[in-house]
Amino acid sequence: MRAGRPSSFCRNQSTVIASAPPLLPGVKPGAGGKAFISSGIRDLDRILGGGFLLGSVVMVMEDAEAPHHLLLLRNFMAQGVVHRQLLFAAPAEEPRTFLGTLPAPVVAFKEDRQRGPRSDHDGQEQSLRIAWQYKKYFGEQQASETYKDAKEFSTDFDLRKSLDRRMLSLQNIDCVSLLKFSTIAPLRELCSSFLSKLTGNDVSVGCAARIAILSLCAPQCRYSDWDMISFVRTLRAMIRSCKAVAVITFPSSVLSPSFLKRWQHLADTLLSVRSVADDDENLAKLLTGYQDMVGLLHVHKVAQVNTQVPVILEANTFSLKLHRRRSLVLERLNQAPVDGSSGTSYGTSGPCSASTKSSSIDF
Amino acid sequence: MNQTSNLLDEALGLGDPCCAGALSPERIVLIEDCVETSGAFVLHHLVKRALSPVGGVVLFLALAHPFTHYDRILKKLGCNLSIQKDNNRLYFLDMLGIEFPDEMQWDAIEDGLVKMYSKIQGAIEGCSSSDQSCGHISIVIDDLSILEIAARGSVNHDCSLVILNHEDIYQDKEAPKLLSHLLYLAHFIVKAEPLVTGLAVDVHGQLTILKKGNIQNNIYTERARNFHFQVKENGVELFLPGSRC
Repeated sequence: MRAGRPSSFCRNQSTVIASAPPLLPGVKPGAGGKAFISSGIRDLDRILGGGFLLGSVVMVMEDAEAPHHLLLLRNFMAQGVVHRQLLFAAPAEEPRTFLGTLPAPVVAFKEDRQRGPRSDHDGQEQSLRIAWQYKKYFGEQQASETYKDAKEFSTDFDLRKSLDRRMLSLQNIDCVSLLKFSTIAPLRELCSSFLSKLTGNDVSVGCAARIAILSLCAPQCRYSDWDMISFVRTLRAMIRSCKAVAVITFPSSVLSPSFLKRWQHLADTLLSVRSVADDDENLAKLLTGYQDMVGLLHVHKVAQVNTQVPVILEANTFSLKLHRRRSLVLERLNQAPVDGSSGTSYGTSGPCSASTKSSSIDF
Repeated sequence: MNQTSNLLDEALGLGDPCCAGALSPERIVLIEDCVETSGAFVLHHLVKRALSPVGGVVLFLALAHPFTHYDRILKKLGCNLSIQKDNNRLYFLDMLGIEFPDEMQWDAIEDGLVKMYSKIQGAIEGCSSSDQSCGHISIVIDDLSILEIAARGSVNHDCSLVILNHEDIYQDKEAPKLLSHLLYLAHFIVKAEPLVTGLAVDVHGQLTILKKGNIQNNIYTERARNFHFQVKENGVELFLPGSRC
């Protein structure tokens, strides 16, 4: 989108990724004028073809019975805190306390987080270290690709540790309680003033902005259906022209079917999360690694900007797992080998067997 | 043009060389899609047809995406929107940021709509008076669900109307009035749906094109045609179910 400027090229010799047009840190360019920011979960970035599309609205449909959407939201926000551009709204009395539950980056990265002018040497050293670090945790199939952008693009988070308090006291993290507003208009103004900070300033602003809204249509907010849908539409229109991503989670069960569809249409990227029961024997027989799963993530729609070709994923349903109980990983569902005695269980329809399109080969 | 996209043209009555380019006048095409399958490609295709050298003027009411989005897509289809805009063949109304006060002030909403309608009307009158040879006008609305009410009434000119709407939001009985009006008025209804078996890499969904019956020479014709489609960057490939190996 932004044309390369010779001036920034001269001044900014320290950046290692100088070949690309000057993008904001934490932003990865994609094909067709697209740009991505990280969702805070490496696997999700990979599944969505690079991350959350800049200028898009991501919606997560909550599971009414389990808080799995918080896993996604926390990682997204933690990445935003690292990048220091975040607006967070939640239907809670004191939303800032939620920030205390955000996961901290994996230890090795901690000192690297502090943004600022770096020497060339320093930058190279970082990228080397991260490439090495990365190999340790993930397969080698992607190591070459992430070598460059891992430094800025995404961070690994440790779900067991909470984010450093000092990070949270920085400015550019706005927290609002949805309970304070009797109508949704103040929230809209807040979003628009938050986003206008980005467009007004120049490159020095820093990063792509993130807006995270938790449980927008929760009943305690008492907004009318039309108000909310019109807010989402306005937000979508505002976001489209900004270097920002909004993630909205909403409890789909409280919406009427037709409004639910409207919400879904307004989403550029639509995800849903679902918990899995511990004692679902059918499912446990059907899928390998069922014990490790904490939930399922379903990708309904992937953002489609600047192109008319739909993104067809190899699989739509992924299992949410905690790797070493600290980092969130997404895996394709793997069908368990069917043994002769339990052949009948193959035919029984597990809740997600219809959407399981993955191969049975585990790599 | 490859043979496959002709299937779409033919089903919409565009294959005819005499009505070259655009839809025949006073036609309404209603494109319906759903969350799983976007029908936007039909709209892109029709815009491209309408802007082809023999076509007419397009009035594009964009509610869903900014201009750059359409520009990029249409460029890949071989049609430069920016140039068409300069040539006064495309009137692009960017309604993305259209703002109605949220307090449910009905008169304010009405004002907004009237304003928009007069904008459309002004554009239509402007181009039909300025240039006699401009051919006929197509109004394209993407997408209507964002703007529930504005579409009706814009058909009293000699123009064709292409509307993209989402079908599945009208599942219950809440707001069926607008849709039933549209369905009644529409001459073509194009429905994009996912395959029942799920999405595949090479078949992106199915398209049902329903041409409203009319009595011609005392023969009643109503035609529904069903295709599978695969959307590509430079066009869409339509084929009859099962005809592709």
